[in-house]
Amino acid sequence: MKRTISVLLENRYGAFNRVSTLFSGKGFNIHSISIGETEMPDIARMTLVTSGDDKMMDQILKQLNRLIDTLKVVDLSRVNTVTRELALISVSYKKGNRAEITSLASMFKGKVVDITNRTITFELTGPPDKIDAAVNMLLPYGIIEVARTGTVALRRGEQVKLTPQQSESKGE
Amino acid sequence: MSNKKPVMNGAEIFFECLRREGVEHIFGYPGGAVLKIYEHLYDVDFLKHILVRHEQGAVHMAEGYAKASGKVGVVLVTSGPGATNTVTGITDAYMDSIPIVVFTGQVPSHLIGKDAFQEADIVGITRPITKHNFLVRDVRDLASTIKKAFYIAASGKPGPVLVDLPKDVINSKCEFEYPDNVELRGYKPVTVGNQSQIKKAAEMIKQAKRPLLYVGGGVICSNGFAELGILARENKLPVTMTLHGLGSFPMTDELSLGMLGMHGTYWANQAVTNCDVLVSLGARFDDRVTGKVDTFAKDAYKIHVDIDPAAIDKNVYVDLPIVGDVKNVMAELAAEISAPPELDEWWSTINGWKEECPLYYESGDGRLRTEYVLERLLDKTKGNAIVVSDVGQHQMWVTQYYQFVHPRSHITSGGLGTMGFSVPAAIGAHFARPDIPVLSISGDGGFQMNMQELITAAYHKLPIKFIIMNNSFLGMVRQWQELFHAEKYSFTDLSDSNPDFMKVADAFGCAGITTNSPKDVDDVIDQMMAINDRPVVVEFKIVREDMVFPMVPAGGSIGDMIVRRLDPNE
Ligand SMILES: Cc1ncc(C[n+]2csc(CCOP(=O)(O)OP(=O)(O)O)c2C)c(N)n1
Repeated sequence: MKRTISVLLENRYGAFNRVSTLFSGKGFNIHSISIGETEMPDIARMTLVTSGDDKMMDQILKQLNRLIDTLKVVDLSRVNTVTRELALISVSYKKGNRAEITSLASMFKGKVVDITNRTITFELTGPPDKIDAAVNMLLPYGIIEVARTGTVALRRGEQVKLTPQQSESKGE
Repeated sequence: MSNKKPVMNGAEIFFECLRREGVEHIFGYPGGAVLKIYEHLYDVDFLKHILVRHEQGAVHMAEGYAKASGKVGVVLVTSGPGATNTVTGITDAYMDSIPIVVFTGQVPSHLIGKDAFQEADIVGITRPITKHNFLVRDVRDLASTIKKAFYIAASGKPGPVLVDLPKDVINSKCEFEYPDNVELRGYKPVTVGNQSQIKKAAEMIKQAKRPLLYVGGGVICSNGFAELGILARENKLPVTMTLHGLGSFPMTDELSLGMLGMHGTYWANQAVTNCDVLVSLGARFDDRVTGKVDTFAKDAYKIHVDIDPAAIDKNVYVDLPIVGDVKNVMAELAAEISAPPELDEWWSTINGWKEECPLYYESGDGRLRTEYVLERLLDKTKGNAIVVSDVGQHQMWVTQYYQFVHPRSHITSGGLGTMGFSVPAAIGAHFARPDIPVLSISGDGGFQMNMQELITAAYHKLPIKFIIMNNSFLGMVRQWQELFHAEKYSFTDLSDSNPDFMKVADAFGCAGITTNSPKDVDDVIDQMMAINDRPVVVEFKIVREDMVFPMVPAGGSIGDMIVRRLDPNE
């Protein structure tokens, strides 16, 4: 089963690498990672999609917590979340099937962001399984390239935030 | 009011920080990237720099120093090859949770990533083998980084920290200010155990019929010997120790069952297999201890006290985890257990196992064996020595026959099993504890892996006893070849290719003594103990094909031990 983990970490050199080194070194799976700044410039949020049994998940969470650069680790699979992914999908078209492809994409609320005389590129956002479905539907027409951001997720309502102690700026 | 702070260059800041951290010894080797530091070192008088002969040696020395003293060991090396030579030692310290700080030189910042001369991405290389590491990018961060490095290395579950110092950072100047304390928002080790869990644990121990304390290196890291002693003695609890736990409780005490695991005692392993409450204190359920996990203490209620939350449920599921400093937790546990459990029956069962299958080795044939040498060493030193073993058969015999009575008197490479550890680690131990004899014990194989450091010991006139148990075999590998690999002694026989160890001793400025007879052992020990102005290399030529027993085959249940060599005629 896929699990989503949200990690707040120091937004600095090497911090992201520590997480990826941990995953490869311990043999944990990674399906996707996305990372970006938060409202606090010195803190980044990483959303990780991984899989494993309960025992492995337990270790993944503990090992993530153990890193000195991680500030907060939350298993989002256990809480109610909003989950989104963005994809750019470039499809080839022939004379006559462009409208068909476009209407298919629009069923997934895909937006045309680029068009040439042979290819059409859509922008899609949604839960990852919706993106999977769109890719599957478009596959027969000839997908040229797909770029996906990986999942980003937030807990619904109450937020995954640092405790006041954690968000205190470092005493220099 | 002006409070002008002094302006210093990176090298000066470096030493000022070491001074404030109370560093007295530093193990190192110079090179281009750290020349500025060495330039200043020339005039530094508050610490002693020990020039090694290989950077791996420097790290093992720092480990030996840290283990013998409980202080942080410090290493200084140059960039590139100097840095990469530390990798084995750092991994060793990581596996065995030894607090060391390794400073590596780095090429100037503007050359990083350009494949510059002697550039190596040592921060990248050591990320999975350090507790944490830093690349200092600005001289203004240097002091606070060093402060953090020492704090991280020594606190929580200790471990190695590497600090990479680009040449330009060391050369530039800034105002110096040393922070009073460290604030790391992502790192807050838990030291106080959960009260209700501790109460529950005490209740379980009180009600137990067959309890057992399983003690690991954490008790030594936390200096929890007195607390362990009280907990065990007030309740008459049997104590078994891991390789790194040895010394936390006197092995001569009647409550000690010795070591458990692959080459542990038969009675310790039987006790684990049959106990009803297992209390793990600062141990990590390593596979050399547990054997087959499914059968490890399979009917026992398992309590696991550890400072590292990630150690809980990692290898073995436990019923009651207590995260905290084991020293505190043991004190509270002892206070909480109001009435000791009734254990006469359990003790008579354990003593039955002890009689059934005591430690045994062949003797009386006039041939020299490691076990006998160790018994004599124990008798002569009365346990008042630091024994630094290497890796292999001799290492396991040390755990069986040298009865450790003092904490920090047993030092060895456990998690990584690094051959070549003993010679340099013994040197580090001596610098930490010049007041007591240091015995380095190696096999003939491992001795050769860092014997260049003999000259380091000789130069400083250290009276270390470098003992070689010479079977002219890579003995432990030979043992596995005999037992599990069709007796194909593939590349383990060194009889045609060992150096003359007495000439080695001489060339490296050490005294040399050799013998192959049990009759000489006492004399040899007396002689070596009497040499106090230089190191001595003592070679014991032992029976070539002996094996270490009892033994649990890899992956087997620890209740199922091979207790002695099968007679081919049986
Ligand atoms: C650096 C390193 N290389 C290889 C090994 C594998 N190994 C484990 S024990 C051993 C044999 C050790 O032989 P020796 O040093 O003569 O000691 P003995 O077992 O004979 O006491 C070997 C090769 C190791 N542990 N470390």
